[in-house]
Amino acid sequence: MSDQPAAPAAHRAGSDVPFYVVMGGLGGSYVVLIVLLLAADLAFTSPGHFAAALAKPEIQYAIRLTLVSCTISALLSIWVATPLGYLLSRFQFRGRWLIDTIIDIPIVLPPLVIGLSLLILFHLPVAGTNLETFLQEHVSIGRRPFRVTYAQPAVVLAQFAVACAFAVQTMRVTFDQIDPRAEQVALTLGCRRSQAFLQVALPQAWRGMIAATTVAWARSLGEFGPILVFAGATRMKTEVLSTTVFLELSVGQLEAAVAVSLLMVIAAMTVLGIVRLLGARAAT
Amino acid sequence: MIELDDISIRSGSFELRRVSLSIPAGSYAVLMGATGQGKTTILEAICGLRTVTGGRVLLGGVDVTRRKPADRGVGYVPQDLALFPMMTVRGHLEFALRVRRWPAAAIGPRVTELAQELGIEPLLGRDVRRLSGGEAQRVALGRALSFRPQVLLMDEPLNALDEATRDRLCELLGKVQSASHLTTLHVTHSRAEARALADRLIVLEGGQLYERPVADLEQLPDEMLEGTPRR
Repeated sequence: MSDQPAAPAAHRAGSDVPFYVVMGGLGGSYVVLIVLLLAADLAFTSPGHFAAALAKPEIQYAIRLTLVSCTISALLSIWVATPLGYLLSRFQFRGRWLIDTIIDIPIVLPPLVIGLSLLILFHLPVAGTNLETFLQEHVSIGRRPFRVTYAQPAVVLAQFAVACAFAVQTMRVTFDQIDPRAEQVALTLGCRRSQAFLQVALPQAWRGMIAATTVAWARSLGEFGPILVFAGATRMKTEVLSTTVFLELSVGQLEAAVAVSLLMVIAAMTVLGIVRLLGARAAT
Repeated sequence: MIELDDISIRSGSFELRRVSLSIPAGSYAVLMGATGQGKTTILEAICGLRTVTGGRVLLGGVDVTRRKPADRGVGYVPQDLALFPMMTVRGHLEFALRVRRWPAAAIGPRVTELAQELGIEPLLGRDVRRLSGGEAQRVALGRALSFRPQVLLMDEPLNALDEATRDRLCELLGKVQSASHLTTLHVTHSRAEARALADRLIVLEGGQLYERPVADLEQLPDEMLEGTPRR
């Protein structure tokens, strides 16, 4: 008799089909939900409704203000998010956890609360005045006093207050993924910190910067609560597409509300498509 | 000349206490030691990338302990080379010269001279992401040498190269060093590299640096030769 252990019985692993069915079924249910929502919107509206909505001067104004305000808030966001993301990624300093937490507040708070807080900030009495009054008395555009609350600057500020937090997170992850060793070598080659940042780190971060700008733009597009509270929803003045949907619904124009919603879906898909494309290129 | 005078370095739970070292000007010193002993930390302290908590770092007899990395005149080749991915080979060789505001008329000839010396002239226009391991190594060396540093520090520069490329680069390093008389500190786990290049052997053991005769290379314990076959 041999001392060798008996050979194991022939093993067959079986089919992987149940795995794919369960995973695909669970994950796919959410994709199906989104597709059904869009399909329902499309089925509800018609090219005629779409054209009629786009022909309205109020909606044309809202489209223009949306494009301008989202672009300004996205550019402001990347302007702030790049240095902040870099500092948080590269440096350990006392109180960093506190800054981390503060930056996350706009992400976790209901956006409406951000709008309310902005309103309070601009109208809180300090030394016999408030920020809104101070700006109106000391800053002017031409001969007109500079108004923030319930004016277009409030739209941009409300969008920026929320969108910038997302841009900071994106930039922080971007710099986390860039090896700091190259910047350290640049320091030994004669660079100041600023030169190492501008000439070595920043050129590597351009895809992240585009992604952060795009995320901030998309987030600004979807902002509603803080704009409603801080800028109001005055037609031909502070109306953006998200508030248009609300205003059209409030006057019973469901078809126009759905048409505008679809317009926002197209804008969001275009922007997110760009992000995915950049991500895919970055990975190759 | 590189001198470490009783330096202490702390990084999290890792600590080196009262380490001293002296490498005469123009020497090629090889630093060996087991992984995790702090060889890279010592190089970073000489570069100024890591703050020392005590003692002095002297380069060419000058105390540079409080100087920024930019002001130490140290050429540094890190283990992963850390090339700048958005730059060409020429960009790497020009980088330090532009930062140090060399006259434009002097930059071109210096780049050509370096490229010829390192055998990378045909690669000058190439994106560094498309270089082989040996080519990337030459570019990292050229970048470190470009501004004529007084000291060259290299952290396992020939790691992860095939044997033939490693031998060619060893020969190149020896040639460059004997032409420039540059004080060099080269960290390695490879006995073959040390044998080919070292005129001084420094061993990091138990948190202290010891100078040993180069002939002692053959007696070094295997843990100092981790990652490379005993050759």
